[in-house]
Amino acid sequence: MSASVWIILLNVFGVLIVTVVLAAILTWGERRLLGFWQDRPGPNRVGKFGTLQVFADMIKLFFKEDFTPKFADIPVFILAPTVVMATMLIAFAVVPISPNIGVTDLNIGLLFVLAMSSIAVYSVILGGYASNNKYALLGSLRAAAQTVSYEVFMGLSLMGVVMLSGSFNLREIVNAQAEGWFIVPQFLGFFIFFIAGIAESRRTPFDLPEAEHELTAGFHTEYSGMKFGMFFVGEYLAVILISALITTLFLGGWHGPILPPFIWFCLKTALLICLFILLRAAIPRPRYDQLMKFGWKVMLPLALLNLLATAGILLWTA
Amino acid sequence: MSGVIAKTIHTETPYRKSAESFIQELNTEYKLHSFWWQSHCDDMPTLWIEKHALIPLLLFLKRDIPQPFEMLYDLSAIDERLRVNRGDGTEKQPSSDFTLVYQLLSFTRNLFIRIKVALAENDLSAPTITKVWENANWYEREVWDLFGIDFPGHPHLQRIMMPLTWKGHPLRKDHHARATEVDPFSLSEEKERKEQEALLFRPEDWGMARANKDSEFMFLNLGPNHPSVHGVFRVALQLDGEQVVDAVPDIGYHHRGAEKMAERQAWHTYVPYTDRIDYLGGVMNNLPYVMALEQLAGIKVPERAQMIRVMMCEFFRISSHLVFFGTFAQDVGQMSPVFYMFIDREKLFGIVEAITGGRMHPAWFRIGGVAQDLPQGWDKMVREFLDYMPARLADYDGMVIKNKLLQRRTRGIGVYDTAEAFEWGVTGPGLRATGLDWDLRKKRPYCGYDQFEFEIPSYDGGDCFDRCRVRVDEIWQSLRIIRQCLENMPPGPYKSDHPLTTPPRKGRTMEDIETLIQHFVNNSWGPVIPAGEVCYPIEATKGLNSYQIISDGGTSSYRTRIRTPSFPHLQMIPLMTNGLLIADLIAIIASIDFVMADVDR
Repeated sequence: MSASVWIILLNVFGVLIVTVVLAAILTWGERRLLGFWQDRPGPNRVGKFGTLQVFADMIKLFFKEDFTPKFADIPVFILAPTVVMATMLIAFAVVPISPNIGVTDLNIGLLFVLAMSSIAVYSVILGGYASNNKYALLGSLRAAAQTVSYEVFMGLSLMGVVMLSGSFNLREIVNAQAEGWFIVPQFLGFFIFFIAGIAESRRTPFDLPEAEHELTAGFHTEYSGMKFGMFFVGEYLAVILISALITTLFLGGWHGPILPPFIWFCLKTALLICLFILLRAAIPRPRYDQLMKFGWKVMLPLALLNLLATAGILLWTA
Repeated sequence: MSGVIAKTIHTETPYRKSAESFIQELNTEYKLHSFWWQSHCDDMPTLWIEKHALIPLLLFLKRDIPQPFEMLYDLSAIDERLRVNRGDGTEKQPSSDFTLVYQLLSFTRNLFIRIKVALAENDLSAPTITKVWENANWYEREVWDLFGIDFPGHPHLQRIMMPLTWKGHPLRKDHHARATEVDPFSLSEEKERKEQEALLFRPEDWGMARANKDSEFMFLNLGPNHPSVHGVFRVALQLDGEQVVDAVPDIGYHHRGAEKMAERQAWHTYVPYTDRIDYLGGVMNNLPYVMALEQLAGIKVPERAQMIRVMMCEFFRISSHLVFFGTFAQDVGQMSPVFYMFIDREKLFGIVEAITGGRMHPAWFRIGGVAQDLPQGWDKMVREFLDYMPARLADYDGMVIKNKLLQRRTRGIGVYDTAEAFEWGVTGPGLRATGLDWDLRKKRPYCGYDQFEFEIPSYDGGDCFDRCRVRVDEIWQSLRIIRQCLENMPPGPYKSDHPLTTPPRKGRTMEDIETLIQHFVNNSWGPVIPAGEVCYPIEATKGLNSYQIISDGGTSSYRTRIRTPSFPHLQMIPLMTNGLLIADLIAIIASIDFVMADVDR
């Protein structure tokens, strides 16, 4: 085999393993950060600073009875959690991490990511539906409605970036930001995408599909063991993916002075992940109908406005 | 020797005069059906009436008189069959096997009144008053459940505390009090199936349709195990999508028979049980119990003991409100405040622990005073807390109260007005959120509250948000009261010298025989509280709380009725939630601030 194949394989498995491990570490990192912000220790017993907590959790999840309720639609019930894991991991294939790290350069990379994140929501809908549980059903209904509403302007908010860079290829979008990050001309787009991203990853304040105070655990009420673990990791994968995407699309990807490109990319992404966690610590959960109203009546018009303004200015200056 | 076992000494209460004048009024101005006045109840006017005249009298008191009795404060019963001391001569109470006790409250008159109806054992039924007061519904169910008194015409007379399959009526004197008095429990398959069957929710039983012309309803069983129902509480919801069409709150999962236990514990040994009624209220629960006994026994509590009691009660009010505040924010999805508030609560418990030795359930008040004097250095701890807390509260104001998302979730949600609050028996912060600044500490000061300067916070909205704000403002007022305690703590004994004080002060026991005997008696079989009836309402953390105590002149209570605020509050959940969403229901449940132990007792 030639050297280039090895490099490709290294890239593929490197990205795969690193993202999964990162997602696992995040389960500990989030709790530690929340603990820090909430004046309490968080998990600090297993290993130094609790770093081995991840393994403890994994052992626990693997040894839990993997319970499938008798009344569930069993094939779908099993399939559902794998969908979110798979789609999220596949989406990472097009994320350019540094000039020479990245699995593939798809010319429609951006659309690919959006498509994958849309498929991921099937996981929630099917999981809730197959559980044959009322709370799960309500949760998956919420997820369906939320996704339909938020996906519309999620895509629209990115069109400004596409217009500025003239490409759907994520690597080219990063290259187009060598002179200046898109967050400056596209601040509104960034803002909208960020909010849609939270909704897409179903994190507080958009965690209505699980909303533990209302629906006990929402769509994954009936899940346990590793199936639950996959939903769990899937959520963190989504957080990493959205953070990586924001870095790529608005924060100039790997560009930055002094430090090597790879470090820049990681720094920016990590910061965004922390922001996600901070939001969870700070914000209450809006009501379902308020969330819908906000999506359709505020975010969608804003996204359209952003699109219109960007196009207008581009035509004007062209 | 006459001082060794005391007789009833009717201490004058400040409300006796207004009570007597009200009876005069009833006798002269309003020509009514005949009633008999039980004059030796000092605490509140008590009228006996025939059961056929009950509803006209209640309607009269509620609607026709100026300054009417707006609220059905409590409804319970007494099994009188074994009672010996029921008055002598002209004071003798009408013969009765079971007595229904209706307790009404007039806010404008600032007067409680008790109406009793005598029932014979062979005719245990009384007309339902659910048409007069909405909140009578649950109270009558409770009386049916625990005493077996029937209320013909009641919309849904079903057991409320005990399992539906229960045999017998626990508060009857012939029902066993301990499991050891009956055969060992066993669960056969047949029995298990029956019990399971009984737990099923059948919408038809509650007059609910399975579907309307457009859609089929979903029936969701929220609880008894659900993160947001604050204990074991179940609400059966009729849902159209996520909209609540109707709700049926179901209680009784936390019933421990506290009232039954009172009949077997000695007066003194029942104090720890009171702690566990409103388990967030700590010593606040001891207060109405010991004050009622003190009135019955004629004990005058020393000033220092009173102020210590006030201080501890206000500490627990803060502690309870902090739990409310945190969980309220948490139930609308805000994760962090509860952690900060529990840190404050922990500091507060540090003080409680230093003073009482306990934390949540100190059981620290005693008949005639408190258990111990304040420890050395208590003032330093209290002062530190008082200096620390305001800045934290200011933080929470910005974090929770001013949060726009939280306001959107809670404003205009779960609204009721003052009239509805009266109708449903709402007291405490829930009442003050409707714009009525009625607080028992101001209106009928007890335990020396009249000597403190504080305000009664109230808001007009009557919604979840205002119920939260009232409680937050009350924390500020409690801090103010505690500071006054700190600066004006009088010297003197922490316990009365009255012989019925339990446990008695030991100082003179080795010097005179009477004191030694009394000490021995009170510590062994417990104090003998003179026969009588008494009820002493207080403004507890969640509303009005009182113990209606009947002593038959023995070492334990003949009947203890615990009126808790949370019980009627839960009953009005359907009124507040119908037409709203599940998320609103959660906010409403959080805003009521109840603990199930306080509901089920």
